[in-house]
Amino acid sequence: VSSRSRHGHVEKPKPGEERKVTFIDKTGNSHTFEVADGANLLDIAQAYDLDVEGACGGSCACSTCHIIINDSDMYDKLSEPSDDENDMLDLAFGLTETSRLGCQVEMTKELDGLVVKLPAATRNLQKSDFEKS
Amino acid sequence: LSSLSSPSIPTRPFRLAIIGSGPAGFYAASRVLREHNKTVIDMYEQLPVPFGLVRFGVAPDHPEVKVTSTLPLQNLANRPSQNCQDRFEEIASLPNFNFIGNIRLGQDIALSTLRPHYDAILFAYGASNDRLLNIPGENLPNILSAREFVAWYNGLPGFSNLPLPLSKARNAVIIGQGNVALDVARILLSDVSELRKTDTPEPVLAALSQNTCETVHIVGRRGPIQAAFTIKELRELTTSSRALQPVPRTYFPADLKTLPRARKRIAELLLKPVPSPTPPRSTELHFLAAPTTFNSEDGVLSSTTFSRTRFINDPFDPIARVEADNTAQSLTLPSDIAFRSIGYTASAIPGLEALDVPFNSARGIIPNTQGRVVTSGNGEVVPGMYVAGWVKRGPTGVIATTMADAFETADAIVADIGQIAEEKQSDGGGWEAVSAQIRDKVRTVSWAEWKAIEAEERRRGEKLGKPREKITSVEEMLKVLDG
Ligand SMILES: Cc1cc2nc3c(=O)[nH]c(=O)nc-3n(C[C@H](O)[C@H](O)[C@H](O)COP(=O)(O)OP(=O)(O)OC[C@H]3O[C@@H](n4cnc5c(N)ncnc54)[C@H](O)[C@@H]3O)c2cc1C
Ligand code: FES
Repeated sequence: VSSRSRHGHVEKPKPGEERKVTFIDKTGNSHTFEVADGANLLDIAQAYDLDVEGACGGSCACSTCHIIINDSDMYDKLSEPSDDENDMLDLAFGLTETSRLGCQVEMTKELDGLVVKLPAATRNLQKSDFEKS
Repeated sequence: LSSLSSPSIPTRPFRLAIIGSGPAGFYAASRVLREHNKTVIDMYEQLPVPFGLVRFGVAPDHPEVKVTSTLPLQNLANRPSQNCQDRFEEIASLPNFNFIGNIRLGQDIALSTLRPHYDAILFAYGASNDRLLNIPGENLPNILSAREFVAWYNGLPGFSNLPLPLSKARNAVIIGQGNVALDVARILLSDVSELRKTDTPEPVLAALSQNTCETVHIVGRRGPIQAAFTIKELRELTTSSRALQPVPRTYFPADLKTLPRARKRIAELLLKPVPSPTPPRSTELHFLAAPTTFNSEDGVLSSTTFSRTRFINDPFDPIARVEADNTAQSLTLPSDIAFRSIGYTASAIPGLEALDVPFNSARGIIPNTQGRVVTSGNGEVVPGMYVAGWVKRGPTGVIATTMADAFETADAIVADIGQIAEEKQSDGGGWEAVSAQIRDKVRTVSWAEWKAIEAEERRRGEKLGKPREKITSVEEMLKVLDG
């Protein structure tokens, strides 16, 4: 889609406060960016044109921005997911122990060097949601 | 045939028709355009307005699922990510995308008219019929399908005069335990002052403000571990003004940790006691009960009777099945209004046969592998025919599921483009060629015209302090355009 530049813009980091974040995309390629504190992972990924959807616009009401934190020590440094985030993670495709919603994770000093994986959006075979019971 | 083609002829764009403008159609369009930008897409929609169940299914108190573009601009600026509808708007604004609204395929125009002018046709027309229970009393007044009620509160044209006994109702019964059932319960027990801030149509707000429902019973054939609802929607039924009655402990294993993650979290929520002070209204979930009859007094629905079921296998298995339990006493619930919420179902569009596209009525889907339509007999691929969304996999799954599945179909389309071009089945004339044949017979609606309808809805909404006031009839929508 040509007009992707309309997708988010994220704040430029202040000198000396650049945090590094690396995304590993669906095909296994790495993309490293320097970003500012406070930017969330969904906005960053979309600003740099990576293939991530945010069907609810980052309001924790879908699960299309599902990402996987590559390293469990790093995962432990994140603040706990809220009930709302866990509710949506319950519906994510290919949920892992270190899964989060990209729109709910903001960069901080502690997360400098974070590596996240973008899961392949395969078909969801779980029986759930809007079906008859 | 391909040997006749000269390599010097410039290749024309790949011409794709999409039938249906819900999430399946739009997400597939976005993926195809991203992967193969020499595509021209014509999206046909039966209504003058786009987005399918995003507009007419998703509940008005779930606005985050629908639109952020109705937020004031300063909020948008702080929220660079787009939601699905913003995304669809972006696709629709591309020059190689045409929206053709107010045209019902198979009725206003035969499917066979499309075939010669497109390289590929994608069926993304959703599932919009009801299933019946086929039990005695089902035709009594005050029994309706959840689908009709959802259509009413979302302002779907044709449903504004649904007869509803809301001002006399105390007990509502909903049969089926998916998220649609929980949406219906939530709207029945909602605080109307909250709904006023949403795009719920004014006549609906007026009717709901007379609503006297106190208890909503939601009944399922299996247990809470097998139920189709998801936790977010359950949690929304617990507020200070509405309680969710706890479920007996026996429905769950002694150690909740033995359950899969999502089921365990649901169990924890369903075991929570009602907080005090006790909210005035509540939802009660009933399990292991299959409806047998609707009972009436003076010709009006009064109660619903259910026979009991029991598990055939491990009750804590999420796919455990049940059978009738004739030894147990039946359950009768007082019912002033009852809803069937046992699933949407798709039906065949007239004229599919002419395109060699089969329809599986039992499953309510167009048979396919990964979105490529296949014949029902030997499962052979029908070239150039694709399917996505609820008509591809049945009426299950949230928008995210529909998106993933539309992407799968889009990838199949893109992978086939080379072969389709070689086969030269179509002249690629697209909408220009089709419209020449139906001129003056159908008053179609373009994207710019939809935006004019939407602007009018926003204008009306602004006066009422809400994001939009939906126009709820096709005639009135067209009046905005034609005067
Ligand atoms: C009551 C309800 C509430 C829901 N709430 C949520 C929610 O909160 N969150 C969430 O993520 N998901 C929700 N969903 C699920 C979500 O709506 C679906 O996953 C999704 O809309 C399916 O997309 P689709 O494109 O296959 O079908 P649809 O959205 O139904 O789109 C099909 C389109 O095709 C058009 N069409 C049909 N026949 C023809 C024809 N002959 N010619 C031309 N056009 C035609 C229709 O008018 C419609 O616009 C809900 C579903 C329902 C039913
Ligand atoms: S974008 Fe919807 S939950 Fe993150």
